[in-house]
Amino acid sequence: MNRARITTLALPILVVLGSVVVLLILAGTNPWDPIRIIVEGSIGWPPFEGGSARKVGDTFMVWVPIALASAGLIVTFNAGMWNIGIEGQIIMGAIAAALVAREVSAPRPLLILLAILAGAAGGMLWGLLVGVLRTAGGVNEIFGGLGLDFVALSITTYLIIGPWARSGVASTSGTNPFPDNALLPSLGGSKLSPLAVAIAVLALLGVWTLFRGTLYGLKLKAVGRNRSSAFLMGIPTNRYLLGAFAICGALAGIAGTSQALGLHFKLIPAISGNFGFLAILVVLLARFQPIWVAPISFFFAMVAVGGPGLSLRLGLHGSLGGVLQGVLVLSAMLGLGWAAYLTRRRAMTESGVSSG
Amino acid sequence: MSLELREIHKHFGPVRANDGITLTVETGTLHGLLGENGAGKSTLMKVLSGFHSADSGEIVLDGKQIKLASPHDAIAAGIGMLHQDPLVFLPFSVIDNFVLGSPGAWRLDRRAAEIELNELCERYGFNFDAHTPVRLLTVGERQQLEIVRLLWLGARVLILDEPTTGISADQRSKLFATLKALAAEGMSVIFVSHKLEEVADLCQRVTVMTRGKVVGEAELPTPPERLVEMMFGQVIEIQDRSDVGLGVSHLELDSIQTASGLLSEEPISLDVKSGEVIGIAGMEGSGQDTFLRLCCGMRAPMKGTVAITGDDLTGKHYREFLNANVKYLPAGRLEEGLIEGLTITEHFVLTGQDTSFIIDWGAARKRAKELIDDYGIKGTENSTAESLSGGNQQRLLLAMLSEDLKVLLMEHPTRGLDIESADWVWEQLLARRQEGTAIVFASADLDELLRYSDRILVFFSGRIIGELDAAATNVDEIGLLIGGRSLGAEAAASS
Amino acid sequence: MSGFFTAFLEMFDTATISSIVAGASALMFATMGETISEKAGVINLSVDGSMMLAALAGFVIAFETDVVWLGFPAAAAVGMAVALLIAFSNIKLGLNQIAVGFVLFALSTELSRFLGNSYVGRPPVGVPAWDIPGLSSIPFFGPVLFDHNLVVYLSYLTVIATYLLMYRTRKGLEMQGIGERPEAAHARGIPVNKLRYFYTALGGALIGIGGAAFSLDVKLGWSDRPTRNLGWIVLAIVIFGGWHPLRAAIGVLLFGALQAFAINLIPEFPSLSQVLPSIPFPAMILALVVVNWKALLKWLDRYPFLRAILRSDPPTAIGTAFEVD
Repeated sequence: MNRARITTLALPILVVLGSVVVLLILAGTNPWDPIRIIVEGSIGWPPFEGGSARKVGDTFMVWVPIALASAGLIVTFNAGMWNIGIEGQIIMGAIAAALVAREVSAPRPLLILLAILAGAAGGMLWGLLVGVLRTAGGVNEIFGGLGLDFVALSITTYLIIGPWARSGVASTSGTNPFPDNALLPSLGGSKLSPLAVAIAVLALLGVWTLFRGTLYGLKLKAVGRNRSSAFLMGIPTNRYLLGAFAICGALAGIAGTSQALGLHFKLIPAISGNFGFLAILVVLLARFQPIWVAPISFFFAMVAVGGPGLSLRLGLHGSLGGVLQGVLVLSAMLGLGWAAYLTRRRAMTESGVSSG
Repeated sequence: MSLELREIHKHFGPVRANDGITLTVETGTLHGLLGENGAGKSTLMKVLSGFHSADSGEIVLDGKQIKLASPHDAIAAGIGMLHQDPLVFLPFSVIDNFVLGSPGAWRLDRRAAEIELNELCERYGFNFDAHTPVRLLTVGERQQLEIVRLLWLGARVLILDEPTTGISADQRSKLFATLKALAAEGMSVIFVSHKLEEVADLCQRVTVMTRGKVVGEAELPTPPERLVEMMFGQVIEIQDRSDVGLGVSHLELDSIQTASGLLSEEPISLDVKSGEVIGIAGMEGSGQDTFLRLCCGMRAPMKGTVAITGDDLTGKHYREFLNANVKYLPAGRLEEGLIEGLTITEHFVLTGQDTSFIIDWGAARKRAKELIDDYGIKGTENSTAESLSGGNQQRLLLAMLSEDLKVLLMEHPTRGLDIESADWVWEQLLARRQEGTAIVFASADLDELLRYSDRILVFFSGRIIGELDAAATNVDEIGLLIGGRSLGAEAAASS
Repeated sequence: MSGFFTAFLEMFDTATISSIVAGASALMFATMGETISEKAGVINLSVDGSMMLAALAGFVIAFETDVVWLGFPAAAAVGMAVALLIAFSNIKLGLNQIAVGFVLFALSTELSRFLGNSYVGRPPVGVPAWDIPGLSSIPFFGPVLFDHNLVVYLSYLTVIATYLLMYRTRKGLEMQGIGERPEAAHARGIPVNKLRYFYTALGGALIGIGGAAFSLDVKLGWSDRPTRNLGWIVLAIVIFGGWHPLRAAIGVLLFGALQAFAINLIPEFPSLSQVLPSIPFPAMILALVVVNWKALLKWLDRYPFLRAILRSDPPTAIGTAFEVD
């Protein structure tokens, strides 16, 4: 094994463990406790045993939106786009699904299908808007997306305190719960919706296939890496960029649908759960590989579900989980960057010796 | 100021750009540094100006050995370099460009600097408005600005790297006059060029470089054949072209015009037949790239028509031209052609005929292996584009071309390639021609133009200043036309 | 409609304008910091998080030591540390500035929540008011500009100093040079990467001071994510301001005015009381989107005067690493 690779692997892990331990000792806690609490809160302790089925189910329902958003982001990242607008796309998906859940009456399977399609369409519309601003307007996708995130947030708040206000008092705690008929069918006791999990798994498989074995995916990659060369090869670059935003938006929209109809059962202002931004971290950590997205998303979901338990049990703020995620991604990036730097430097000195 | 370079070595990865260069420049002389593109001249000069640091070797200035760790050291030692693409800041004003990097107090006294700039300009007959953004200056004016800036900083050795690329004939004669005046004042001038006639025109002494080594030195004037012999090993004889029967018209331009500024308003007409090779000569930026982009549909003409094999495709999208088997290969292989990070196999899949949604990787790899063998690409089917050498990148680009190409438009087909790869590229192109492809290529290499073209179009400031029969012309005639001096060629221009 | 008009008229009240100026200090510092950093070629995308972490650091130090001014260097150090991490990972390791900046945004946001949890609701420490004798009694301008505190006055000075640095000094011109065309700056003997470290750190320090100005002056005390989304607004204003400190300062004031206007509207539209305060955020970003719209700029080309006002060309080499050899 070369030294660089070992550094790559070991450095992030050491940094994460080290910094978490230091943080916890500073906070006056035994470092082992929070880890147990996060695991216990998300998948039970010992894991997956006895009465933990409900917890595991709920954790999976947090995994679903993170995995879906990550799957979408892999597409936009491969097309060379920073889709910071993903939060807005999740929110618009949730709003569109909520609209169907509130206003349409139909047999349950049809209603749910309609809600999912509406969610996908809502997210896709918001994604395409970012894409159009970029391709037709020359507006950087980071800022177009950010602006549309804010717009989507404002729309949600407006709907919740305005037209969709809870009967009686208008409050930012959310709308009335959706009719049972519109909720994603779940396995007894937990919120776990096999349908949502299946869609997320399919999305990851789909994205994996897209970049592994299809011409469309290869062309997207080509556009993302070098737009001029791709254009000269005859690839309609703008259409492919819009396609990437549409796919990502649709997947994010379904993530929003799952949030509204499978986790919160109503529209709340923080309906996205910040999972869009979290998914950006997931994808950066997974280095754009769908296979790695599944476990990393699950780990992030565990932290998201188990984190709040920290404040109840240890008096630590739940954001410790977020800190852990951030440190993990940052140290992985720096570790890989450092390894690449060492390789580059060695290549330079080696060729120097041979010819000098 | 006399300058001595001793045993300079500089390599980039496996490429030995400078392989033990020793060179002496006497005070007050105009010293030419001649060599083909890629001979290592620019690298040597960048070492001398502190832009790159040499792997080994000594630089001696007026008998004292100096160390150049950065351009800062070089400037302090009195060595100033004018880069091929003048390193100016386009959005900044002339005066800001002038003072940027100069030593002095914190406070920026633009007015005082402006007075000094104007004095220098007056002395050398230049003329700038200090507050114009440099973006609006011509390349020639940007060079003038850089020269006065370097003089102002106290340069006593002035290096000019291919300074005549992209400037007009007027500006060139002015530049030459200035350089002669400077040398007379005691400045040591190093003039880097791959253009023999310019070095012969200007310099008192010349050093010839090939493939990272000095291959000869001479006092000027000297017979041009001697210099050519140093550059190329022997005097090239123009080979006989194998006759290819010309076929139908593949590319017809009928009095096309573009928006002003790109090409001149003069309409251009051209008819290229199957099996014909058209060479395009001219200084860089004389309108060649706009012209090629018009031919391949990346740009639509304002007036006139473009027809491919009889079909009028005027104003149609680039992809329709591509479908009509027109292919454009720009000069930047990794910028506009190949895709960094993708493998050779993936490149073939992207440009292949098979458009099924699911990729058959087994078949794709097999095909890639075959093409790698056929085209002699040094690499495997999993090599990424950027890991290939320039010559192999060009081979890959040629291997990616479709079978029944009607029109091939190329910029600098052999730029930066070693002789072997360059010969191979032309073998391929001539084989294409035999199969009936019409080839239009732009090149800065006059010998390449003369050797392979049937007709040569010479571009000068956005128009075709001459159309020559390659068999009946010579380097001198093309050279004159490139410089904008028409040899009674006014008639040819309008024909 | 009349309510809209009333709310608009209220904007021209001396007290309102004065409060806009006072409330702008945090954004002013941070915007100048980001402008400097980007002008030198490094995008610090972490502002929204690093400003927050710095705001916490400032508050904690001021609270614990009971010396309010000590909060500012602490905050500056935090902002500088985050900025240096971005500079290092880009200059030395060749990592993408946007990626590292985004991760640092997320990390420092969460860190500020985690570390600040026990400080939520603690009694605030504030910068003492200090009206400048003499100047503050000038009619209108006195109360609007000179009846605040030292932090607000320093925010004016920072804007002026940033402007003078960029356009009136040799160092400032070099700073613009390394963000515009690093190889040309290098050819002129300017140490590009050393200066990029320096200006990114300087910019980060100002972003940090902006955070402290927030928690120790604009909105006293600590709560969960107090500066939420302000950092994104900073990034937008830098672009809106065309990387020019004075224009960016106007952008900051416009954003403040927009916020005040939204608050003024609440009594007129009580049903929207929850939505109105958040409207300036999308409005600001959408304004940026419009200003950046290529089609619009093409149209504007016909009106050179307007074009000059709205022109917003980024430093050419922004976001890229510079390597010698």
